[in-house]
Amino acid sequence: MSASATLRVGIDLVSVDEVADSVRHFGDRYVTRIYTSHEIDSCRAEMGHGDAGAPGPSDALEAYAIGSLAARFAAKEAVMKVLRPIGVQLDWRTIEIHRMTGGWCEIRLSGRAATMAVEAGIEELSVSLTHEASMAGAVVVGRCTDTYPSQGREET
Amino acid sequence: MTVDETIRQVLADHGRLAVPVDTLADDADLFGAGMTSHASVNVMLALEDAFEFEFSEKMLKKSTFESIEAIRTGVLEMTGE
Repeated sequence: MSASATLRVGIDLVSVDEVADSVRHFGDRYVTRIYTSHEIDSCRAEMGHGDAGAPGPSDALEAYAIGSLAARFAAKEAVMKVLRPIGVQLDWRTIEIHRMTGGWCEIRLSGRAATMAVEAGIEELSVSLTHEASMAGAVVVGRCTDTYPSQGREET
Repeated sequence: MTVDETIRQVLADHGRLAVPVDTLADDADLFGAGMTSHASVNVMLALEDAFEFEFSEKMLKKSTFESIEAIRTGVLEMTGE
């Protein structure tokens, strides 16, 4: 690693059952406020990515691979930890977990999230997702240039 | 129910707080009381259902949901009361 680069790491865990509860209770309203259309398409239950959520009577619940939704929420939160917003709640949809044809995921930022990444000197983000029956998690690593020495470096 | 009672009911139903909501002061830090980011999304949606409005983009910040007092301010701003 170049001496002029630094790394930021974010990690998050989400309960798959909590995401299932949200989909069951709020349906598509919950889904469309959090996820981009690409993410929603990637998490359709018929895509066969493995629905780790508990089965339920709701059509909305059965429409999605809940474990995949939960893993993406964890990834968005992990990106937030890398971006380190202060007093700002980014629109969740400005952080997209983009599923590539080969099956791995990349992070695509837009809007305020993209601006924050530029301001922090973050040149590259990498993500890894996982989900089991009850929990989903994600780790995000950001590679930053060292040209922004005032960006939150002060110790408290 | 009053605005405050509705807010507390929403938090009891969706906030996943580590302590009973009736033990929290109006200015208590809800995130400090165990509300996660994911739970705050549910609280936001449930408040919209309860008060029949949609939070504007400028209201969607962590501080809007950090306490009962802050939520009340946001609700009253959105409902124009």
